[in-house]
Amino acid sequence: MAVLNLVQAINQGLRQALETDERVLLLGEDIGKDGGVFRVTDGLHAEFGERRIIDTPLAESGIIGLAIGMAAYGLRPVAEIQFLGFCYAAIEQIFTHAARIRARSRGRFDCPLVIRTPYGGGVKAPELHEESTEALFCHMPGIKVVVPSSPSNAKGLLLAAIDDPDPVIYLEPTRLYRLLKEEVAEQPYHTPLGKARIARKGNQLTIIAWGSMLEVVLRAAGEYDAEIIDLLTLSPFDREAVLESVHKTGRVLIVHEAAKTGGFGAELAATIAEEAIMSLRAPIRRVTGYDVVLPLPLLENYNLPSPARIIAAIDDLLRY
Amino acid sequence: MLPIDDGLKLEIAELLQMYRDMVLLREFEESCPKLYSQGKMGGFLHLYSGEEAVGVGASHAMQDGDYMISAYREHGHIIARGADPKVIMAELFGKATGISRGKGGSMHLASAELNFMGGYGIVGGHLPLAVGLGYAAKYQQTGQVVVCLFGDGATNQGVFHEAMNMAALYHVPVIFICENNGYGIGTSVERASSVTELYKKSCAYETPGNRVDGMNVLAVYQLVREAIARAREGGGPSYIEAATYRFRGHSISDPGNYRSPQEKKIWQERDPIPKLGKYLQQHKGVAPAQLETILAEELQRVAAAIEFAEASPEPAADQLMTDIYVEG
Ligand SMILES: Cc1ncc(C[n+]2csc(CCOP(=O)(O)OP(=O)(O)O)c2C)c(N)n1
Ligand SMILES: [Mg+2]
Repeated sequence: MAVLNLVQAINQGLRQALETDERVLLLGEDIGKDGGVFRVTDGLHAEFGERRIIDTPLAESGIIGLAIGMAAYGLRPVAEIQFLGFCYAAIEQIFTHAARIRARSRGRFDCPLVIRTPYGGGVKAPELHEESTEALFCHMPGIKVVVPSSPSNAKGLLLAAIDDPDPVIYLEPTRLYRLLKEEVAEQPYHTPLGKARIARKGNQLTIIAWGSMLEVVLRAAGEYDAEIIDLLTLSPFDREAVLESVHKTGRVLIVHEAAKTGGFGAELAATIAEEAIMSLRAPIRRVTGYDVVLPLPLLENYNLPSPARIIAAIDDLLRY
Repeated sequence: MLPIDDGLKLEIAELLQMYRDMVLLREFEESCPKLYSQGKMGGFLHLYSGEEAVGVGASHAMQDGDYMISAYREHGHIIARGADPKVIMAELFGKATGISRGKGGSMHLASAELNFMGGYGIVGGHLPLAVGLGYAAKYQQTGQVVVCLFGDGATNQGVFHEAMNMAALYHVPVIFICENNGYGIGTSVERASSVTELYKKSCAYETPGNRVDGMNVLAVYQLVREAIARAREGGGPSYIEAATYRFRGHSISDPGNYRSPQEKKIWQERDPIPKLGKYLQQHKGVAPAQLETILAEELQRVAAAIEFAEASPEPAADQLMTDIYVEG
């Protein structure tokens, strides 16, 4: 086993998918010769050639539409969009076609497409380069939304997403790209979609997070007897894992960096209220980004959930 | 040598101002990498060095009150329109005194006073906005025109074609200027566009398309001036491809290794600043010392801008919550 960072783990996953499945193709802006703006596809163009590693023009809507056509035909395209904020330029294709091809054709066509894109803040980039609007995609039935939190689950989730017959948005936490390193198994493996991971066992409260926030939550939770759930897949999310933990602890904290209003935390809170309210010993709490257009570097730290804000919420919940 | 000159009949003062503007843009940009590496600026930084002749030539062809709208390589554009380098530098630092109070940053510079409608970070995203501005100006019969700048990569976006079609359909006073620097990040025009003579891309809309040497400020000025004159008289939109080159990487974090040293050298030899300097000396009797004085003065302005930005306060935490909706 080698110690890899997130970029290397995803790169390895892509390489193995290309090796084992002729139908896998990569496409996107600057991903080929240039190796990608974050170097996630580094070396693949040289190894697999331009028929399979396709440098596209700057045309997000075209890229995703092209990939949908390939997928509907039976290939396994993996499209890269350089930042989540640039997916908005392609949202028409994602929402009106990728999400609906299966339903529209009553199952005769499918869309085994993966859209990889970096998301999230903490990299001191402005606005559209720090978006964390995962909830938008969760609101669209027909699309799966996956958010890895570490190099090893990044590789397993990627390979599972590529093999999945439905369209998957695969969100890569930009802040963690080179921050986290861990041992990653050499051979290809799947981390199943739709299954959460208990990142840490605990009894007094449940903290639910995903992607880049997991790292912050683990830091903040320190000595607290908290059970930490890493959702890994947001849509469809692992209801059983969430409810089981809530029944056990009776206290829930949800942490996400996206704006609070309409964030995915609202869906989690509603589900818990509907199905586990009698187990709750305190109101559900959320620590999130504010309802603001993402500000520039000097204000960013006020927006992102910090360990201090998370600890304050934990203390509140435990005192309740 | 410059292919055109005398036909323009420009005053020497205007020529010297063009020279000064290009020097300021260059020195402003060239001061940034060091400040960025010292951690004084955050986010992205797309420098304009090498492309000054396009922004300055276009700006000199405009009148006060005309609109300009651009992408994220726009420090030079807004300064060419007359913004004070101090508030631009402060914006790059994220300081409260910046032109957008530290909230816009390098890619989102804007000025209501100058009718500079902003930098935009989404490639091609602002092109339809230019058509809307042009439509509004025509509707209000103000005689204003809109100059819209974007890169070669933007011409591959669907929205480029939507904007081109509507501009022609509604016959709006918009001058689209494609700053063709040969690359969108690391991907060359040949590898990204089926048509590499980008000026041809407007022909489907019957909008006149022309190519100009984007390293020659006078050539740019002349072509844009003609396009503006036509637009002001109700002649509709036009499209200009300015062939240019960025001397630095795509952004501050890009070493630009996909371009050969030979290619860089060829373009460096076309540097628009010494080119105009030489012309001024050979044909307008400007003394070398005068050009040196201009350089010294503009370096001084850049130094003052940096000093101003350094000394300025950071935005207060409560600024996070403002400007999302109308206040009150
Ligand atoms: C919609 C969208 N896709 C991708 C990007 C990332 N990106 C930023 S600049 C750029 C290249 C643009 O090239 P060009 O239009 O030629 O302008 P230049 O940078 O050369 O001035 C890319 C791909 C973006 N900002 N917006
Ligand atoms: Mg370009």
